[in-house]
Amino acid sequence: MSPTAGTAAGTALDVAGVGKDFRGLRALSDVDFRVGEGEILGIIGPNGAGKTTLFNVICGALRPDAGRVVFGGRDITGASPDRIARAGMVRTFQLMRPFGSMSVLENVSLAAQHRRQSRHGLRKRSLDVVERVGLGEWAHCGATELPTAGLKRLELARALAMRPKVLLLDEVLAGLVPAEREPVLDLLAALREEDGTTLLFIEHIMAAVMRLSDRVLVLDQGRVLAAGSAEEVTSDPRVIEAYLGEEPGGDDD
Amino acid sequence: MTGTTGITLTGRPGAGAARPVKAPPLRPQNRQLAVLAVLLLVAVPLPLVLPPAQGAVAVRILIFALMAVGWNVMSGFGGMFSFGHAAFFGLGAYTSAYLLVEHNVSPWIGMLAGMAVAAAVAVVIGYFAFRYRLQGAYFALATFAFAEMLRLIVTTTEFTNKAVGFTVPLIRGSSLWKIQFAADSPAYFWIALGLAGLAALVSILFLHSRTGRYVTAIRDDEPAAASLGTPVMRYKLMTVALSAAITAVAGAFYTQYYLFVNPDLAFGSSVSIQAIATVVIGGIGTIWGPIVGAIILGSLSDVTATLLRTPPGFLDFLQGRSGLDVAVYAVLLILIVRLLPKGIVGTIAARWRR
Repeated sequence: MSPTAGTAAGTALDVAGVGKDFRGLRALSDVDFRVGEGEILGIIGPNGAGKTTLFNVICGALRPDAGRVVFGGRDITGASPDRIARAGMVRTFQLMRPFGSMSVLENVSLAAQHRRQSRHGLRKRSLDVVERVGLGEWAHCGATELPTAGLKRLELARALAMRPKVLLLDEVLAGLVPAEREPVLDLLAALREEDGTTLLFIEHIMAAVMRLSDRVLVLDQGRVLAAGSAEEVTSDPRVIEAYLGEEPGGDDD
Repeated sequence: MTGTTGITLTGRPGAGAARPVKAPPLRPQNRQLAVLAVLLLVAVPLPLVLPPAQGAVAVRILIFALMAVGWNVMSGFGGMFSFGHAAFFGLGAYTSAYLLVEHNVSPWIGMLAGMAVAAAVAVVIGYFAFRYRLQGAYFALATFAFAEMLRLIVTTTEFTNKAVGFTVPLIRGSSLWKIQFAADSPAYFWIALGLAGLAALVSILFLHSRTGRYVTAIRDDEPAAASLGTPVMRYKLMTVALSAAITAVAGAFYTQYYLFVNPDLAFGSSVSIQAIATVVIGGIGTIWGPIVGAIILGSLSDVTATLLRTPPGFLDFLQGRSGLDVAVYAVLLILIVRLLPKGIVGTIAARWRR
């Protein structure tokens, strides 16, 4: 296994020997990988493999029992989620968590307001992000009025408004019909091209993983089972076995 | 790829994306400030037209409003349900009373000192409650416990005159600096109106400030707010401190108006209950809920007091008893929670939007 980043640029994120127990249940053990700046890393694995737990540990929602998380050269192990987010590493949630009493625009403004700026500047920046994810027509609607696809985009918009250096996406495509996925995938690709954002994304939809990822990390029972290009990991017998013989490329539609 | 072509939302039928949506014409903050200004203007001449007995009720309503606005900042805007606001009311009352009686300090200074003490205590209580992640009913119980603790401490401490409390020394004539006037002077009303108006103003500005948006986000979804970089602890403590400080003003003014304070009047649980009942009836988390609730409960408390003093024949058994006001609040509270869970203002606002 060679979990080092293949890019010449610096390391954006270094996860070293991370372990996490829940009352004796081993959720993560010795998870070790690096992500280069501007790299797109797909994370796959069967249900319960520890993917979301890994995000929680990286972003400070959970403190690891072992190992370190180094972001942009700084050890952030055990730092609070809000500090990590302000430092430039932002995550989205698999289950959408909108601020229910606010409009779509206000949800996004909240994430954008960390930088001191004029009221006008804040509004403009927030509107730009709302437009960018395609929620322009919904800007002044209550966040809870959005359908699932809209809430997914709102999660993404809020994270983008933070102008993250590293963005962690937990199943942004889940619950979207195929026609809705395309623009999101285009947006993510553009993020790397235009903003140089580093992406880690947990995804079950293999077509998306194949298309977007530079490298893929496969988790199984809390361990790194394989890492490499999408082609490498999907032809890896251990990976195929972890999915109990079901084709990892199978789309859920 | 920044265009929106080809990106449409599917999902709930009828929720077409083509629905025209416009921004509200007047920013809510400005609208609320305008309403506040009108309310204040209408209220200013009241003591000149009301009979003296009604004037006293009006002052009581304003004290209720101050407490309620304070409680609403923390429990309504912040979503941290306090069952112990008597702690902050009492600290305001006792700090100003102590400074006035023992050191002859102006109640205005005493009020500021009381706000500072209440805010500091609130930050300590809040820090431990949040540090150990007390939420919902457990948080409410913790605030209640702290208020009771303060009541017991004050009741048994020499320095606060134990159960006797403080009696404000009367001065000859009237003095704005000492907040003392003839009993039926409209000055009490105007001062209370000024304080309540200021509290309402602060709560409006707070809700629409950068800080207020963080606080709302934390109330709506704390993990999401944290994941978007909101320093949760800092903003919760700020909210709690502001709420305590406003409530302390109510306590300090109360002492000055009734010229007397003791541990039960200041720190008793009925004070906390009044604060809660006022806002729940008016509408939790709304700007005007505390005001509407105060008008209703303040007037009711006068009606019940009159009933107890001179009950009509068929209610003779009430003669000389106390606590009827709290019983009435309880009934009203149950009815409101059952019929209008968002309170009066909250329900009207919800209807309006639809």
